[in-house]
Parts: sequence; structure tokens; C-alpha cells
Amino acid sequence: MAKARHNPLNSVAAHAALLTWTVIALFPVVVILLNSFKTRKAIFKEPLALPDAESFSMIGYQTVMKQGDFFLYFQNSFIVTVASLFFILLFGAMAAFALSEYRFKGNMLMGLYLALGIMIPIRIGTVAILELMVQSGLVNTLTALILVYTAQGLPLAVFILSEFMRQVSDDLKNAGRIDGMSEYAIFFKLVLPLVRPAMATVAVFNMIPIWNDLWFPLILAPGEATKTLTLGSQVFIGQFVTDWNAVLSALSLAILPVLVLYVIFSRQLIRGITSGAVK
Amino acid sequence: MTALQLDKINKIFGQVHVLKDIDLEVSEGEFIVFVGPSGCGKSTLLRVIAGLEDATSGSVRIGARDVTATPPAKRGIAMVFQSYALYPHLDVEGNMALGLKQAGEAKAVIAERIAMAAQMLSLADYLKRRPAELSGGQRQRVAIGRAIVRKPELFLFDEPLSNLDAALRMATRVEIARLHRDLGASMIYVTHDQTEAMTLADRIVVLRDGRVEQVGAPMKLYNDPDNQFVAGFLGAPSMNFLPAAPLGAKGATLGIRPEHLAVAPDGPLKGTVTHVERLGGDTNLLVTTDSGQTVTVRLFGQHDHRVGEALSLGYDPARAYAFDAEGRRLRG
Repeated sequence: MAKARHNPLNSVAAHAALLTWTVIALFPVVVILLNSFKTRKAIFKEPLALPDAESFSMIGYQTVMKQGDFFLYFQNSFIVTVASLFFILLFGAMAAFALSEYRFKGNMLMGLYLALGIMIPIRIGTVAILELMVQSGLVNTLTALILVYTAQGLPLAVFILSEFMRQVSDDLKNAGRIDGMSEYAIFFKLVLPLVRPAMATVAVFNMIPIWNDLWFPLILAPGEATKTLTLGSQVFIGQFVTDWNAVLSALSLAILPVLVLYVIFSRQLIRGITSGAVK
Repeated sequence: MTALQLDKINKIFGQVHVLKDIDLEVSEGEFIVFVGPSGCGKSTLLRVIAGLEDATSGSVRIGARDVTATPPAKRGIAMVFQSYALYPHLDVEGNMALGLKQAGEAKAVIAERIAMAAQMLSLADYLKRRPAELSGGQRQRVAIGRAIVRKPELFLFDEPLSNLDAALRMATRVEIARLHRDLGASMIYVTHDQTEAMTLADRIVVLRDGRVEQVGAPMKLYNDPDNQFVAGFLGAPSMNFLPAAPLGAKGATLGIRPEHLAVAPDGPLKGTVTHVERLGGDTNLLVTTDSGQTVTVRLFGQHDHRVGEALSLGYDPARAYAFDAEGRRLRG
């Protein structure tokens, strides 16, 4: 094994495979970014060309800034995504802790029930959800979106986190109990830091679909004040004419915050604070 | 005074009866070791004493208080775990201080207790380090320090040496014995290692299948076991058991410690040497007797026996133990 790892051919092959995958994955993003800086004509004539002096244009970004309240959409998306992630992680981790730590009647059933949501897409219930939101007066509020996304993200979060929490040493939790820590302190101070990589995984898995979702914002919160970025960008896509400059610019701008959030979470993914806690 | 009193402790997990009617009284300052094969319930019993598990029935008294329904932190105990269980996000000082802070001790008291423990365990140079930056032995010392600073009525050790290598285990064992002398505190220590049990204990509690087999001082258990299980569990190499009838002894089984067997030309056991272990100070012979049993013979000093050699073994009937068919000791 050790010998194979030092074989230069293998190393080249591995890097080639990784590079190929990176190029494929980044290609659409790069095309969007490039074309968002070009004139409409240049976009259609040579979609892959770099913007030069002649084809360079900020017209797309200007349209985006003028049309609609783009910063408000931005803010809405951000609030919805961050709040949903916060609640998914908080409640998911709490439920996972209870399921993995305490012996009680119906523990198994409860775990299965909570995991059931992984298999049933929440969109099936859209009509019922809409009725519920209408009756509770939550239509056209960000709260409606946050509630729905939290419900959507919880099953997977509970499933993944309870698996990880089972691996946290019992001795460590018991040491905390003997030292007089409350169950909440044990959860927040001992267990959560140790499952941070799993939390980051859950966060990344949930963040992208929430940020990109068009369905629920369109149905539950289509009002001007509560439009999310994805929904807001749709104004540039018409039935007959699409303002491609504006669409591409809006998409380019929409990538940034997700990128920032991803960088934050992925650092947690890598960080290994657990070493040395228990042998 | 009594440090700990267990009264008819039972623990049942679903269908499994783990602890069966355990009674035990520990005097103040005593070092008690629970020993037994894995799955005998010794760790569960320790966790019941700590309050980490509730007993299904029975009562636990620590000092003068009935603590059966008291949470672990209020029982006046401290526990050292096999896996150290140090808080990874706190440095050594923080690890030792946490329990005291939770109990609301004054800062000066905490600092003084930590200084004392650090000096006792030579941890003073490491107070600002995180557990990840310490070696296994140092981590276990921190775990012990965390127990000391709480000045508990009762120390609980759950196989604290199992994760250490042989040399460190010996050194830490001596350190725990010294701590016990210095602090004069009552300690309960769980292990499956009979050497630890023999060397540390004032009294040993031998457990099997959730029952107490025998309680007593190490030498008392060694010299005067109540039954075949205790006789076989304590002592290394372990006692030889032979059918009694062919040797003309009473009972069903005759037990002879390896050191009580000797090479004797006219001895009653004839056999062939199948293996020789030379340890320098001792020489252990594995001998297969003509009737098919394998017995261990422990000879002091160095001897020149070879595999394949035929020899006869003799023993002093006064130092052999007789057991009945159920494994109970037949005395006198």
C-alpha cells in the first residue's frame, strides 16, 4: 500500500481524474460568470469567449440593480436560509441527542417516524401547507418559508446526527454528569462541539436546496416584500423575451453568499477538535 | 464509620438480570476492588453506586445519607473512567476546575485545590495544556486529579489502567496505592486484572453473573477460597483442577496451585512436559498427565526441563483444595 501511494503514475492519474471532475463541475459556473459581463450580442455569438474591450458590458448588473428591490430579495433569501439552518441544526441535534442518549419506550418507533420524512417529499403536502398558512395568516411572510424549510430539513438532520451522537463517548457525558453539569450543558458544551463535522455536513446539505428553492417562495410568499432571490430573478425570464444579461448577473450575485456560507461550514468539516478527548 | 452500604441491589435491563441481590458494606478509608470476568456486572454495579444507572430495586447509602434517588453530582463521589473522559475543549486546569465551579466553590478554594492536586500528581507544568497535547499517562493523571480536587467521600475507578501500556500501568498502580495512603479516602476500583486486584485492595469483591461470589482480603481469598470460581480466578498462573477420585481425594474436584506442585520421582501424577516458560525468576512447566489433563507447575528459580521430558509430580495434600460437583469448597 505504502509503495503504491508513492507511485508517480498513480498520483498523476488521481490528479487528472480530480482535475477533470473540477473542470466539469466548474464549467457552468464559469460560463455564467463570463457571460454576465458581456453584451447580449456577445453572449449569443460566442458564449465561451472572454469579455474583451468590445463585448464587455455591465448592462446586466445595472438592470438587476434598477429592476425590483434586489437587495431586499437578497436579504430575504439570507434570512430564510440562515434561520432555517439554525432551527434545523438546533432541533435536529436536540432530537438526535434524545434518541441516542436516553432509553425510553418507543425510542425506536420515534426514530423511525422522524426519519420517515427523508422518503416523503414535502412538496406532496403543498396544498395542505398552503391552506394551513392561509388559516394561520402566515402567507407572504418569511416565517412561513422558515417553518416549511425547517420541517423539510429535520428528518435527514435527525438521522445523520443521531448516528454521530451515538459515537460520542458515554464516559465523557457521565463525567459531565458527575461534575454536576445539567443535561443541557452536556448537550451544548460537550456533545455539540464533538459532532461539529456532522453538523456542518447537515448544514451544507440543507443550505443549497433552500437557497435555490423556487417552489415554496412562489406559492407561500410571492409578495414583493418577501420575495427571495431565486423568485426575484424570475422577473427577467419572460414568456416571450428573456433578459439574459440580467438573469446571468442575478445568478452570479446569488452564488456569492452561498459560497461564503459554504466556506464557513467546510472549515468546520475539516477541523478536528475531537482528538485527545478519549483514547 | 461506613463509607458505602449497598442493600439488596438488583438491576434488570429488559430481560437480563444483571445484578442480583448485591449486599456490601465498605468502611471508611477502605480500598475495595470489584473483580470478575467481563460481563459479570462489576461496571454496572459501579455505575449504580455513582448514580449513572438507577438500581431496579435496593438502596445505596454513601456516608450517612441514603442516595438511592440522588443525582450523581450530589452523591459526594468522584469517578475516574477507563477512557479518561477529559473535556476536550478545556485545558488541564479547566478540566479539574469544572466540577468545583458547578458546585459554586470560591475561586480561591478552586485554585488551592488544583495547586494541591497538581503538586500531588506532578501536573504543575501542564496546567495550560489541552488533553490532546498530553500523553496517555498524563491524561490519566489529569483524570485522577479531576477526582481529587472534589474531595469526595468516595472515589470510583472504572478500569483506569486498561488503556495504558504495561510499564505505565505498573507506575500508575503504585501511584494510586500511594494516593490512597496519602488521602486516606474510601475507594472502589473495578478491574478485570487480578494483579491490580491483589496488589491494591484491602478487600476484594469477586463477582460472577451479577452475584457476589466472595468478599475478603486478597490473601484470605487466595489462601481460603469459598468456591472453585474464586480459586481459579485469583492467582497467575491459575489453579489446576483435577478429578479427585483417581487421586484418592474427597469431593469431585481437587484444586492445586501451580506453586504447590513439585517434581518428585515418586509423585502420584505422571506426565510429559509439553511446554516450558522461562521467566528468569520462575520457570513454568505445562505438563500433560497420563490421564490427559494439562497442569501448570510453577518452579521458583531456573530449571533445566525440556519439552518431551517424562516426569512425576507430587503435592502436599494439606495445601490442596477440595470442591464438590457444584464447585463449592469442602473444608476440613
